[in-house]
Amino acid sequence: MTKVFIGAAAGFAGDRSDAGGPVVNALATQPGQRFLMFETLAERTLALCQLERRQNPQHGFSPALERMLPPVLGHCLTSGIRIVGNFGAANPAAAAHRIVQIAHSLGLRAPRLATIEGDDIAAKLSAADFAAREIGGTSLARSRDIISANLYLGAQPIAQALDQGADIVVTGRVADSALALGPLLHAYRWHADDWNRLAAGTLAGHLLECGAQVTGGYFADPGYKDVPDLAEVGYPIAEVDETGEIVITKPQGTGGVVDRLTVVEQLLYEIHDPSAYLAPDVVLDLTDVEVTEIGKDRVRVSGARGRPAPETLKATVCFDSGLLGEAEISYAGPNASARAQLAAEVVRARLRKRVPHLNVRIDAIGVLSVLGAGHNRSDFGVAQANDVRLRFAAQSADAAQIEMLLDEVEALYCAGPAGGAGFRRRITPRLASASCLIERHYAEPRVTMLGASA
Amino acid sequence: MRTVRLQEIANARTGDKGNRLNLVLVCRNPADFPTVAAQVTAERVAQVFAARKPARVVRYDLPKLAAFNFVLDDVLEGGVNASIGLDGHGKSLSFLVLDIPIEIAADAPRFTRGTQNQSV
Repeated sequence: MTKVFIGAAAGFAGDRSDAGGPVVNALATQPGQRFLMFETLAERTLALCQLERRQNPQHGFSPALERMLPPVLGHCLTSGIRIVGNFGAANPAAAAHRIVQIAHSLGLRAPRLATIEGDDIAAKLSAADFAAREIGGTSLARSRDIISANLYLGAQPIAQALDQGADIVVTGRVADSALALGPLLHAYRWHADDWNRLAAGTLAGHLLECGAQVTGGYFADPGYKDVPDLAEVGYPIAEVDETGEIVITKPQGTGGVVDRLTVVEQLLYEIHDPSAYLAPDVVLDLTDVEVTEIGKDRVRVSGARGRPAPETLKATVCFDSGLLGEAEISYAGPNASARAQLAAEVVRARLRKRVPHLNVRIDAIGVLSVLGAGHNRSDFGVAQANDVRLRFAAQSADAAQIEMLLDEVEALYCAGPAGGAGFRRRITPRLASASCLIERHYAEPRVTMLGASA
Repeated sequence: MRTVRLQEIANARTGDKGNRLNLVLVCRNPADFPTVAAQVTAERVAQVFAARKPARVVRYDLPKLAAFNFVLDDVLEGGVNASIGLDGHGKSLSFLVLDIPIEIAADAPRFTRGTQNQSV
């Protein structure tokens, strides 16, 4: 039986630029249709890109494409490996033009590009309309200006772009899993109501969308879950047949591992009800899925079931939420915990008088910070730690209040407890996001071909 | 019977959506599924996260995968876009659950990952 091969070269915008090379080398040795997908759009990334586009109409795509595409573009074009990526972000057209430039600068043939737009619905609904459609919270009712609002489009426009001969499909916001389902719809002509196969294709995409998280990344725990050669972990390849049966594997000669345990962890990652994973094209039911090791670094995944697609589409709406201020200072050696606690008390006392309403979080890194919810405890001074880094954090729309906090921490150098060391401060603009359910008629996906004609 | 930490027999991974955490628990040896099912209840996991006051904890069982999916509402201090803590994703939180003590048969073998593909 023929198979479609889909490799994943990125699971997020910060992923490795050398991840795609071994995947492309492996895909190039396979017969049939082969695709390389890039997932680079976290929830807020798109809003950041939208802000950049407001500054410059040629900007607003994911900068990840600048470092991720050049290492593999030539080999993909010469080997007929087609690329699907959501690095278009807030400006797929600008991303496509940039890719043409990159190809030209590398001396490659001009690729046939397709862009998919229509996910941006910020102009279609009012802030009140979005607030009325928010799920899981009421943050939009209180928010100021909406920066971005994007629907998660499905796989059909991606398939259409591939049908029209695109070498590279550049999308904005689509469901991450659609980056794999789109190529499968194109290759196998699955019908839009063939729910079990659409579910299988969605599952393949779900397993690929976080890159190395299915091949041994985000997994290793020495002594309990050892992973060979994690430093050179291979990124995944899904082999999918016409019935929707999936084999997850990785390129030979790479590090990492693909086995039942790595696959099951990723299978359920970011899933809520396993009988109803909502995607734009289908509702995926994972409860009968079976995961079977069939060879070294080869795992078969079968049994995905599908139900008709949801009547609404999810959208992510991002809005400005002020500034995050963070400041850190260290105390070390005998009695360090007690000195750190005194430093925290000094800052709290000074802020109480000056910015009484600012909610300040104080962590004692190495003692009490990441785990638990103990940051409002004031008893970390009793810990016998001799290397404590204090972290102060607050968020506010009022820059003066944030500066006040950071200044007070900095002043600990000369006016705080003995031995305060290594002060650092940082202010980060903050974007918050909310999820909405939106009627399908607001989705008007547009496929645009550009570059060399097919 | 003897008591071990859950980390000795199971793997865990967390994922986030907004202020909601999902925690995947996978039995390293599928034969341990009933043992884990009996002892690592939604209530037990809620206790582990008590300081974060979860609004709701639901456990979904996946016997064919020898796995469980826990969904914990409102435990991420606002989540990655709103928390002022260091781990707004909750990526480190799987290890809180792996610290749960669990009773296993006295003669149960220590299940090690060992070489690949011997794990089922």
